Amino acid sequence: MSQSDAHIVILGAGHAGGTAAALLRQYGHTGLITLVGEEPIPPYQRPPLSKAWLKGEADADSLALKPLEFYADHNIDFRPNTRAEKLARSDKSVSLSNGETLSYDILIIATGMRPIRLPIEGADLPGVLTLRSAADAEAIKAALGPGKRLVIVGGGYIGLEVAASARALGAEAVVLEREARILARSACEPLSNFFRDYHISRGVEFVLGASVSGFIGEGGKVSGVRLADGRIVACDVVLLGVGATPNDEIARDAGLECARGVVVNLEARTADPSVFAIGDVTHRPMPHYDRMFGPESVPSALEQAKQAASAITGRAAPTPEVPWNWSDQYDLKLQIAGLPFDADRVLLRGDPASAKFAVFHLKGDQVQAVEAINSPPEFMMGKQLIANRKPVNLERLADTSVSMKEVAA
Amino acid sequence: MAKITYIEHDGTEHVIDVKNGLTVMEGAVKNNVPGIDADCGGACACATCHVYVDAAWQDKTGSTSAMEDSMLDFAENVEPNSRLSCQIKVSDALDGLVVRMPESQH
Repeated sequence: MSQSDAHIVILGAGHAGGTAAALLRQYGHTGLITLVGEEPIPPYQRPPLSKAWLKGEADADSLALKPLEFYADHNIDFRPNTRAEKLARSDKSVSLSNGETLSYDILIIATGMRPIRLPIEGADLPGVLTLRSAADAEAIKAALGPGKRLVIVGGGYIGLEVAASARALGAEAVVLEREARILARSACEPLSNFFRDYHISRGVEFVLGASVSGFIGEGGKVSGVRLADGRIVACDVVLLGVGATPNDEIARDAGLECARGVVVNLEARTADPSVFAIGDVTHRPMPHYDRMFGPESVPSALEQAKQAASAITGRAAPTPEVPWNWSDQYDLKLQIAGLPFDADRVLLRGDPASAKFAVFHLKGDQVQAVEAINSPPEFMMGKQLIANRKPVNLERLADTSVSMKEVAA
Repeated sequence: MAKITYIEHDGTEHVIDVKNGLTVMEGAVKNNVPGIDADCGGACACATCHVYVDAAWQDKTGSTSAMEDSMLDFAENVEPNSRLSCQIKVSDALDGLVVRMPESQH
């Protein structure tokens, strides 16, 4: 049997798994592809769930990566509502939640992550929600509306996006953050402060340094959040936005190396040549940073889908990407290129008060990362500077009268 | 509904019926037309859905926003008729539209 006839089984029908299936067909794979997903619907985009979709500006059709008929039309056996239970690498098979056992020639693990649920009192009360799936977003949407009060535990990007959407829907939003500033793990201080102030100006409340000790209920659902100092923050609904954990158990149990996620190489392949892993479930090499990391982003999932599909179909590997991501809140577009690893200084370009500025993370005179608010030139040129490692003049970079093209010239 | 012809860099043509209200980018992506990546799914955040609009259609596809201009300004192989296809909404008026894809979106 040639590789192009191989039966490829993809575990996980999210952004990574769905994209891998489509790319394998684009790249000429002719064998059967089986796409196994826990959710009832075919692969869809998750980023709009906290933004456009929550505000009612996007429908299920627009979220779908491909229409349902695409899968049958392209000989992709899509299995919704099905979970992979156990991987037996010795006989190249996977047992599924419906009792069936699937044999594979090539396996792609794309099982993603799940939101962390805090192991504290009341965390299982109705109304204590997380956001990962379309069903989760539906539950949040149903709970929001004018006069409703949403408490968001965790001041990360998802929480802030939902806060912005909640305000647009006329709901009150309170963000509880354990650290002294929001976005503590993912953004530098000037950016944290900027987002905090922008949200405050739109009516969002913040409690920083807040340690949540439990949730209290009334009438069978959550009615408040208890802080360690005894304060109670009243609410109608809670969103837990305290991070996610990789669904890598199936790989661990099968003896594949895992760190924080399944360890893969630049082909998205594990140490088992027949087993690939892509997307949020992986711990992967980051080409421009000489280290392993899990970026937890759609662009990273797409990149790895390309890596795996290219390796499987014998196509040249994609050009190593500059990691990037984005966030939309109110009229703010944040675009992030690169990762701030090894940076020894932070440089501000532009004035945060104008809601148009960028924060560059530099290692000497090289750009490691840029966070750009309403500043596409800084993002686009920053991305190129990260890729080509060209040294920049820091004085010119800090001077907005010098265009980004001139800075990079 | 509009019939849109997407032409890959190597000349391969894909003729797709795209529903009104979708974008030119969605018409390609949902039909697995290669050459348009659209990493951000239409948020005007990535410039990986770059196309060249045939001269006859430039007026009908409308003007660009400041955000789109700014993104395009830094994309590769940009021409005067470059657009981000996630920013072109499909309507009956675009029936017959022809767009060409660049060699690479990255």
